Amino acid sequence: MSKLFPVTVTVNGKVYERQVEPRLLLSDFLRHDLGLLGTHVGCEHGICGACTILFDGEAVRSCLIFAVQANGHEINTVESLGTPENLHPLQQSFTDKHALQCGFCTPGFLMTLVPFLEENPKPTEDEIREAIDGNICRCTGYEKIVEAVQDAAEKMTQKK
Amino acid sequence: MTGKYFGKPVKRLEDKFLLTGNAKFIDDIQLPGMLHAAFLRSDYAHAKIIKIDYSEALKRPGVVAVYTAEDFGDFWKPGPLQVPPPTAIPGSKFNARTLVPIAKDKIRFSGEPLAVVIAESRYIAEDAFDDIIVDVEPLPAVVDLEKAWEDTSVLVHDDLGTNLAALVTQESGSYEEAKKQADVVVSKRMLIEHVAAAAMENRGFVVNWDERNQELTVWAGTQSPLTIRGSISRALGLAESQVHVITPYIGGGFGPKVMSSQADDVLLPWISKQLKRPIKWIEDRRENFLATTSERDQVHHCEIALKKDGTILGFKDVFYHNTGAYDSYGMTVPLNTQTHTVSNYRVPNFYTQIRMVFTNQMVVTPVRGAGRSEGIHAMERMIDFAAHELGMDPVELRLKNLLKPEEFPLKTGIIGQDFVEGVLDSGDYLGNMKMCLDMVEYDKFRKEIQPKARKEGKRLGIGVVAFTEGTAVGPYEGVKLTVSTNGKVTLATGYSSQGQGHFTVFAQIVADALNVKVEDVKVITGDTLHFAWGAGTFASRGATLVGTATHLASQKVRAKIFATASKALGVPEDQVDLCEGSVCVIGKPESSIPLGTLASMANPMRGVVEPGVEPGLEATAYYGPPHGATGSGACAVILDIDPDTCKPTIERFVLVHDCGTVINPLLLEGQLQGGVSMGIGNAFYEKMVYDENGQMVTASFMDYLMPLASDMPKKIEMGHLHTPSPLNPLGIKGVGEAGALPPPPAFAQAFEDAFYDKKLELLESNLSPSVIFSYLKKAEGE
Repeated sequence: MSKLFPVTVTVNGKVYERQVEPRLLLSDFLRHDLGLLGTHVGCEHGICGACTILFDGEAVRSCLIFAVQANGHEINTVESLGTPENLHPLQQSFTDKHALQCGFCTPGFLMTLVPFLEENPKPTEDEIREAIDGNICRCTGYEKIVEAVQDAAEKMTQKK
Repeated sequence: MTGKYFGKPVKRLEDKFLLTGNAKFIDDIQLPGMLHAAFLRSDYAHAKIIKIDYSEALKRPGVVAVYTAEDFGDFWKPGPLQVPPPTAIPGSKFNARTLVPIAKDKIRFSGEPLAVVIAESRYIAEDAFDDIIVDVEPLPAVVDLEKAWEDTSVLVHDDLGTNLAALVTQESGSYEEAKKQADVVVSKRMLIEHVAAAAMENRGFVVNWDERNQELTVWAGTQSPLTIRGSISRALGLAESQVHVITPYIGGGFGPKVMSSQADDVLLPWISKQLKRPIKWIEDRRENFLATTSERDQVHHCEIALKKDGTILGFKDVFYHNTGAYDSYGMTVPLNTQTHTVSNYRVPNFYTQIRMVFTNQMVVTPVRGAGRSEGIHAMERMIDFAAHELGMDPVELRLKNLLKPEEFPLKTGIIGQDFVEGVLDSGDYLGNMKMCLDMVEYDKFRKEIQPKARKEGKRLGIGVVAFTEGTAVGPYEGVKLTVSTNGKVTLATGYSSQGQGHFTVFAQIVADALNVKVEDVKVITGDTLHFAWGAGTFASRGATLVGTATHLASQKVRAKIFATASKALGVPEDQVDLCEGSVCVIGKPESSIPLGTLASMANPMRGVVEPGVEPGLEATAYYGPPHGATGSGACAVILDIDPDTCKPTIERFVLVHDCGTVINPLLLEGQLQGGVSMGIGNAFYEKMVYDENGQMVTASFMDYLMPLASDMPKKIEMGHLHTPSPLNPLGIKGVGEAGALPPPPAFAQAFEDAFYDKKLELLESNLSPSVIFSYLKKAEGE
């Protein structure tokens, strides 16, 4: 066991203070130390995108970041979106359009898409496909994910 | 058949948990005092083990124990044969060499476990690998399937004296006689390449031995919880009732998760019993690539005999099938290949031989497609080559030979993976093809679009193929259905779920039968405490087998509801009506009893019940078919290929499919689209490569390319036919693997069509740009 380092990090609006090994991955920190189990780990080499979270508002892969690097930063995970009883509009569109099957990659897709839709509220289909090209889904073939994003974009713009 | 829910695009009940991070997956299981396991795996594909010294590892703080094969004493032994040998097929030879849980004396594939480290954290367990000294003597690796078959080959299992895992020959009619009558005979050798299932969630296993209760609890990301319960209880000498297997939410299966008796589910229960601590193991992506299971990898030597007019007289296929280092999963995959090779067309004479070989590679089990892909590929490509030879349009040749609706049910004479003679139950294969051709506007493409594109120098090609999917094989599945006293309904099945939507489709069937809201039906899958019978999730069996068992159990519960209500309401049964969530007297909705109250009444605490009356509004039902139900379809793809880079753009992708009665059209589309993405991956992106030393050089998502959103067609245009299966009361057929089947042969045909003037003959299934480029160079004589 190497030396422990202090980490103070805001996750989903709540401040956590922990002592961690410098080699601890942020994905493992979120899951195992903080018990935020919605962030999934699919490859641990930064390709599949299942572990995507927001780091100071930007979508990043939590398996490629050490927990110590998050010190002083703000993180949002899928738990920051809706609840089962009150889904976020993007989550609602995902279920309406059947954009998930096993659901393991889904939190990563959602966290990739939340900042994307903020920056680009009326994306074209090509832009949507490009935005999610860093996330692998083995179940859906992506078509219904694209439909869900289009549906969410439409509904979220109407609301504004 | 439609109801309020059945046949409707009902949204999934499980989604809200999955979308919000509230669905519990295997790595979400946390138990007090839990230890973590990591497997040290072999870097060599084939080697003698001289010594493994882990004494230094034990000194590392946080390491609790380390085990090698010797440390398991008599507990170490080769695992069970998970699928029985094909004794139903006369003359078949099968040499069982089942997977050992951890290498002893000899290593047979790269990634095979050599040692298990148990530590306070996974990080520490993996640190300890550096402390373990592994001394081995490397041996030449057996990699090439055809060379492995030769007498001079190095042996994977020395005691066997051969690398022959199985030799199975089946024939209907006489191919040699047909060949004598033929005007044209075409022979080809084709590769169907190795691919990964690559579910987004890797495998995982958590186990806890409870010393006080003498019970073992297991959480496993498995497609086959009852198989695992059986093998664990047998290995540990426990009764099945002492082993409780729970499948949490599972992040995709696609085949390999059906395989049990691997290092984790064999060794970790034993270790948990020794240490009296819970243990978790989560497979990482590299382990998944190296040492879970994978599929395809066949070499086909095909011959097709035809008359001048294109009538197929016979087909011969001698193929090598890679089973990997062990053959615990029997012959499911190559038998599927045999049954699917001639499942679309009238082939009166068919000779098929499986040469299953041991190699120094990971074990082969089904991956979505599961041998069907290979059979379909072999036949579809041979029809293309025959069309070239005859100067016929490949579509015309298909239309001439496709089976007609009146030919069903058709006995094929070929015994399949379920060990019964293949019967194609029903379908309209010509109808599929005609709808597909209409949708893709085949004639317009040939007469207008393609000639115009060619004038403009574009490489535009079309591929049109037919396919079948043998689904819903036996032996059986079952469910238990219970109306609770709160009026909600629980359905429990031994079947496990990996994202197919079982929580919704089974609920749809129940909700209609009992007239309750679909969201009031809770489906429990793959928990042996709730239901302890069944075979497992494979071969697209869920909707048909569990769905039919659900229907049967619903009818039984319905009968109990009517009988109980008749007494409670004091009217004859024919006067009882099911209102939503309650029973009432016909025409008198005010005299009603909520279903929950009726459930209490069906479980009296005093008094007398009549003989034969079972308590509760509960029933169990099983369903097993005489043979599988066969889905079918046709697929057309138009590719626009950049002649410089050889990269195709998918201009059109049309898929027509027939899986009989549809329970949920939304989920059907999802299954087909997902299957297609894997098929496109197999056709173009995905290829597992072993080098000559048996090293996998594609063991990450950097090297094994998965299809991404921008790689897929903009729209998979779908058409549906509905030919109900006569085998089950709801008319259902499976659909899970269908989409994955047609893309590779359709792509190959489209590539050849695009480069029609180069007369390419693409003899492999993975057609990446570099492969196409090399064929083009060869055609140009370079």
